[in-house]
Amino acid sequence: MSFGHWFLTLGGMVLMLGGLLVTVAFMVYAERRVLALFQDRLGPNRAGPLGLLQPLADALKLLTKESFAPPFVDRMVYELAPVIVPLTVLMSFAVVPLSDAWWLADLNVALLYVLALSSLGVYGIILGGWSSNSKYPLLGGLRAAAQMISYELPMGLALVGVVMLAGSFSLVDIVNAQDVPFIVLQPVGFLVFMVCGVAEVNRLPFDLPEAENELASGYNTEYGGMRFALFYLGEYMGVLLIASLVTVLFLGGWRGPWLPDVVWFALKTFSVVFLFYWLRTSVPRLRYDQLMDFGWKIMLPAALVNIVITAVVGIAWM
Amino acid sequence: MSLSEELQSRFQAQATSLPKDAVETYHIPKDQLTPALRFLKHESDPAYDMLFDLSAVDEAARGDGLTVFYHLLSFSANRVLRLYVSLPAVQPIIPTACEIWPVANWYERELYDMFGVDIVGHPNLRRILMPDYWEGHPLRKDHPNRATEMEPYRLPDERYRRILESVQADDDTESGAGEGEMILNIGPNHPGTHGILRLIVQLEGEEIQDVRPDIGFHHRGAEKMAERQTYHTYIPYTDRIDYLAGAQNELPYVLAVEHLAGITAPPRAQVTRVMLCELFRIASHLVWIASFGHDVGAMAPPFFAFRERERLFDVVELITGGRMHPAFFRIGGVALDLPDGWREAVNNFIKRMPKAVEEYESLLTRNPIFRARTRGIGTLTTEQAIEWGVSGPNLRACGLPWDLRKIKPYSGYDEYDFDVPTAHEGDALARTEVRLAEIRQSLRIVEQAMARMPKGPILAKEARYALPRKDRALQDIETLIHHFIAVGWGMTFPPGESLFITEAPKGMNGYFVVSDGTPHPYRLRIRTPSFPHVQCVPIIARGHMLSDLIVILGSLDYVLADLDR
Repeated sequence: MSFGHWFLTLGGMVLMLGGLLVTVAFMVYAERRVLALFQDRLGPNRAGPLGLLQPLADALKLLTKESFAPPFVDRMVYELAPVIVPLTVLMSFAVVPLSDAWWLADLNVALLYVLALSSLGVYGIILGGWSSNSKYPLLGGLRAAAQMISYELPMGLALVGVVMLAGSFSLVDIVNAQDVPFIVLQPVGFLVFMVCGVAEVNRLPFDLPEAENELASGYNTEYGGMRFALFYLGEYMGVLLIASLVTVLFLGGWRGPWLPDVVWFALKTFSVVFLFYWLRTSVPRLRYDQLMDFGWKIMLPAALVNIVITAVVGIAWM
Repeated sequence: MSLSEELQSRFQAQATSLPKDAVETYHIPKDQLTPALRFLKHESDPAYDMLFDLSAVDEAARGDGLTVFYHLLSFSANRVLRLYVSLPAVQPIIPTACEIWPVANWYERELYDMFGVDIVGHPNLRRILMPDYWEGHPLRKDHPNRATEMEPYRLPDERYRRILESVQADDDTESGAGEGEMILNIGPNHPGTHGILRLIVQLEGEEIQDVRPDIGFHHRGAEKMAERQTYHTYIPYTDRIDYLAGAQNELPYVLAVEHLAGITAPPRAQVTRVMLCELFRIASHLVWIASFGHDVGAMAPPFFAFRERERLFDVVELITGGRMHPAFFRIGGVALDLPDGWREAVNNFIKRMPKAVEEYESLLTRNPIFRARTRGIGTLTTEQAIEWGVSGPNLRACGLPWDLRKIKPYSGYDEYDFDVPTAHEGDALARTEVRLAEIRQSLRIVEQAMARMPKGPILAKEARYALPRKDRALQDIETLIHHFIAVGWGMTFPPGESLFITEAPKGMNGYFVVSDGTPHPYRLRIRTPSFPHVQCVPIIARGHMLSDLIVILGSLDYVLADLDR
């Protein structure tokens, strides 16, 4: 590869990283404001105009906090765990195409790569809970493990329909194949993927590993300062990742009339992010066993049936 | 044979002359206590199903020894019965009632803690409200009443270390936890306990094997404080017992004292009291909706419920000047007449409330996840509930329409038209439905109280027992003298005892006032609904998941101040 290509790729990575960090910071701000509106209050509106500097203030506070680790933790794993979560999500973003021309890598196995990384991401949470050597984080970590196993599977299976329709694992190819957005052709796949996505990033009603009312924050109880912020960052980047995957896989990615590609992509993605906010303010949390039941008894069969139907209809069509 | 004859012939009980509160009272010898209690629960007619309360009076300041009292409640006859047992001051011993009523367990521990009475046969006789290392028994008359009467507090390192060791939750390896089990210490500070309550939970996976509640962190000695307050200056303290239901605590207290004095509040004061009490019932339920919703993991209910609560407190503030703690009721009436504009304020509030209740329903009882989380969780049967002293919405959720406002009306509740909501499942969902329905009924009562608000005085005429009005005190010398004596020294009330039970938002709330004719209550016993409710948590939590424990705790609706007093 030429020097120019390397330069472009590196530049793209830096841009992507910076863009993601800023986006996530403002996602937190947006979530707080949106939730506040849902709940008849104002939300953060003190720092800067409309409180727009709130993310900056939060970041500064978290960065300057004492980096305290309790004496009873397994130090190495404890330090490593918070890095894993945002790392895997960031790596996944490499294959997400923002537009026809804006993507870092177009792997021919992009979809498998994303699923593989999201499975790795859970290690951050499990190890965080385990290495804390404390009971609440341990329970949170165990819950995370059970939850991930139950929801990875239907999540992957939900995408088989998409792959069958597009005939490729590459995200760019999948978008290009969507003359009709796949949400129309794959409504069940979309629903299953969406639900599993919410579970994947531990958001209400599937925020069991955290469950502040039961586990007092669960897996991250013993974390503070920047280490805690990394978990948090990972969670919000996860939300963004799931939203962009939904956009790419089901909503036709960057494709749309009149507006520029990137704008379409952003519009679609943030609509899905808004769904996450909306869910959070509307529903209570499921119980551990109900969550498992739901995953294995409803999501998994639904995904399997979806595959069969897609296959049968597909063959009949051809 | 009538009940009193049978008690007298079989158990050598001695009936006393009817006390001020018209509760049948018997003195019973200690050795006859257990058979008599058993008889009263199982054989007598009417049967006394519930052990309502159990505590003691230290007679040291007016006689000798201790008097332990039992308040029994008969659901079939709607009647209360009081038993007195006299004990010596030194080494008092009494047999346990735990085998007859399991609810006696904590009451007897409290008796031991507060009075040093040794309970023979008690399964777990330890201090309950005071810490294990406390010296002395606080409700004894010889125990100092204020910190200034005590030695300066010292805590040497060695002693501190021993104390810390004693409260350490057992480690998994050396406790009762078996193979694969884990001891989880929840609290005293934990978002799910709504205050400083500690639960030591034995878990297998996430399944609860056992729960051991540890209470007393919120104990402020409310009963002891009463003994050096005058009858009137104690009113603000009652607000802080169940601090979410302000005036609801004042009501049983002032009613008990009014019974003692034989006075009644004039109609305008009665209706004002009812109106405020129902507003506070709504306030208490609103906080419950907020915290219970949050326990289940929903984020919005706290904000929605506290929004209405703020509006409600604005109304309360307009009328009483206070918000959470109005201290508005007086013995024989209320403190102030209603202010200008009260009608519009109350009206505005109750107009918008039904829509808010709709919102709560759509967020809670109509939400499928909420229903799945609460249905079949923490189920109590009616028999269990009575056995464990459960009352209020928790009892009504089991199907028993037991509401003292209907069944034993006070303050003119019989003149209002309202229903007693019940449910039948006895689980957390049923409790939610009952409480939401109760808000609607309270709104009806407030509306009727507003409509009928009679004109007239707000304080009883009897100058001996009713606080003189300050404005009049500045006009004529007679009132001034009364005011000076009543406020500076305190009013005296006739000797005797008086129990009054009201239907508080959380259940049956009983104030038992013992007077010896001085300006201070000789003994004030506060029986709160939260105490038995928390006691039955282990029974209904076993076998559920850890998340359900939080739901169960929330659904029972206790307040720590009400629990520990």
